[in-house]
Amino acid sequence: MINRFQNLLARKPQCLLNLYVTAGYPRLHDTVPLLQTLAAAGADILEIGVPFSDPLADGPVIQQTSAVALRNGMTLKLLLRELQGIRQVLPDTPLLLMGYLNPVLQLGMEEFCRQASEAGIDGVILPDLPAEEYADFYQETFRRYNLRPVFLITPQTSEARIRRLDELTDAFLYLVSGPGLTGGNQTADQGAQQAYLRRVEALNLRNPRLVGFGIADKASFEQACQHAHGAIIGSALLRALDGAADPHEAARQFVQGIRPAQSTTPAIS
Amino acid sequence: MSQYQPSARGYYGQFGGAFIPEMLYPNVEELREQYLDILADPDFQREYQLLLRDYVGRPTPLFRAERLSQHFGATIYLKREDLCHTGAHKVNNTVGQILLAERLGKKRIIAETGAGQHGVATATVCALRGLQCIVYMGAVDMERQKPNVARMRMLGAEVRAAVSGSQTLKDATNEAIRDWISNPTDTHYIIGSVVGPHPYPDLVARLQAVISEEIRRQLREKTGSELPDYVVACVGGGSNAAGAFYHYLDEPAVQLVAVEAAGHGVDTDKSAATSVLGRPGIIHGSRTLLMQDEHGQITEPHSISAGLDYPGIGPLHAFLADSRRAQFLSITDHDALQAAQLCSRLEGIIPALESAHAIAALEVMDLKPTDVVVLNLSGRGDKDLETYLRELQLV
Repeated sequence: MINRFQNLLARKPQCLLNLYVTAGYPRLHDTVPLLQTLAAAGADILEIGVPFSDPLADGPVIQQTSAVALRNGMTLKLLLRELQGIRQVLPDTPLLLMGYLNPVLQLGMEEFCRQASEAGIDGVILPDLPAEEYADFYQETFRRYNLRPVFLITPQTSEARIRRLDELTDAFLYLVSGPGLTGGNQTADQGAQQAYLRRVEALNLRNPRLVGFGIADKASFEQACQHAHGAIIGSALLRALDGAADPHEAARQFVQGIRPAQSTTPAIS
Repeated sequence: MSQYQPSARGYYGQFGGAFIPEMLYPNVEELREQYLDILADPDFQREYQLLLRDYVGRPTPLFRAERLSQHFGATIYLKREDLCHTGAHKVNNTVGQILLAERLGKKRIIAETGAGQHGVATATVCALRGLQCIVYMGAVDMERQKPNVARMRMLGAEVRAAVSGSQTLKDATNEAIRDWISNPTDTHYIIGSVVGPHPYPDLVARLQAVISEEIRRQLREKTGSELPDYVVACVGGGSNAAGAFYHYLDEPAVQLVAVEAAGHGVDTDKSAATSVLGRPGIIHGSRTLLMQDEHGQITEPHSISAGLDYPGIGPLHAFLADSRRAQFLSITDHDALQAAQLCSRLEGIIPALESAHAIAALEVMDLKPTDVVVLNLSGRGDKDLETYLRELQLV
């Protein structure tokens, strides 16, 4: 079974840039073209946010973009339809769907996995699906469709639990950078954040680790890369798209600001 | 064990559970591991019972409402939760949870509120115990329940407006959960209803169970039997109903009647009657009946009563509805207003708009003259006077 996460890591073992966009934002049919633009500009992994009316773990930016996307008419069904065929234009980039559990359950977990798999999606992040429920009820379905779950880890997560979550996937682990929501300012206590990232690094886990929440610019991206395999940026990118005359140009410029041209990324030794 | 007690993972039948993001896991896990031990601790019980008696004013009376009885053609008892300190049953839960928070070593308390009664009850116990208090309230609810906003501020709480979505109870709960995610170590979230992730529905139900414990004793003193024919209570999230039903759940002779807010009517798009309009789904960490569209987006409910204006119900109530243990009725804004006036004029008791829904249900129940009905009068109506005067055109 193809594992695009492992393939990516073999090509490029560090400083992976994972970008998140809300599907259906800024305009209803922007999703697939924006994903292509972001990949061409240098994103290594792409997360496609499924908008939800009540995104509990998200800060104001993603709350706002989700509300706009829903007003635009985005639905999970429409998104899955739009994603069919995306592998013709993005054959290698790992693609994830990130969203809340309720819309997925209304479509039906099996049906969701089937359509996501047909589109060539690699992984799924459902923050309100606890690992225990996943293991008991959905792991078989995910495996059957070659989908990998991504679990969140926080500074409060115990070592035993981190190891359990590490066993449950072979995509990557999502290290929430500190207390707070997506888009928050997590850089306030750099010392505590670095200590946490080092602590998890020292566990020698099976999976690569990507840092998310509050990663907003070149400095915080590079900081996160020091003790992890890369980082995830969502809210800051969406802010850059907000009101942009040309979202594609804004997206390109944003990626340039994080990682000025591919050549400056650390060489693979 | 009773089928109405949750399983180890917090399920009542297919409803319940704990669908929370990992950021909340340590907090919820800590609570789950400790709440039963703390509630059973003799030291906790001594303090809790003393506060219920001397601070809340329990037991609250069970009042035989003669003129309402005549009007409805059955014997109606009102369980006077409106006489609790702060004016509603909500304080039973907050007194217990503040003692729990102290034992968990928490310094900062957050809460959500709809009608403001839970917010006031939380602000009250925080003042009593000297803990910081932040209450999230929908901006729409702050406008329609102004007296309670003023009371919370007088008590020293900070009231933060929830401005997303329909700006009501659901959105206030979202904001409270987001606050808890952002403050994972020093904060306890006092949820006001039997909603949220396990163990909250069970915790709040146990702390409200004092209502039915007292009803049984008081009814025996008055009638010789602990068992009425009906127990009637309104349901938003369902905490007062859970408390009034709790010690009757395993008494099949007692019919439990849960009264939801129909808003403009269950056949309109302005309603909050979740058991009629909802399908199984996930809200605020719990699998329950939920008002949602075909794509799984949560829809905005409507009720004139801020305390019932919620698109879900507690998982216990979803199970009671699904298993038909309780009968669910829905009452429109209009009928609730009429019932509030009726109770005011026949008994000299101005009920909260929420409780007025339960009173209105007596009209549509098929009561016999021999029936004994206990109606949980969950709160008093001071907070609703502006609405009453305007809607009943009394000014």
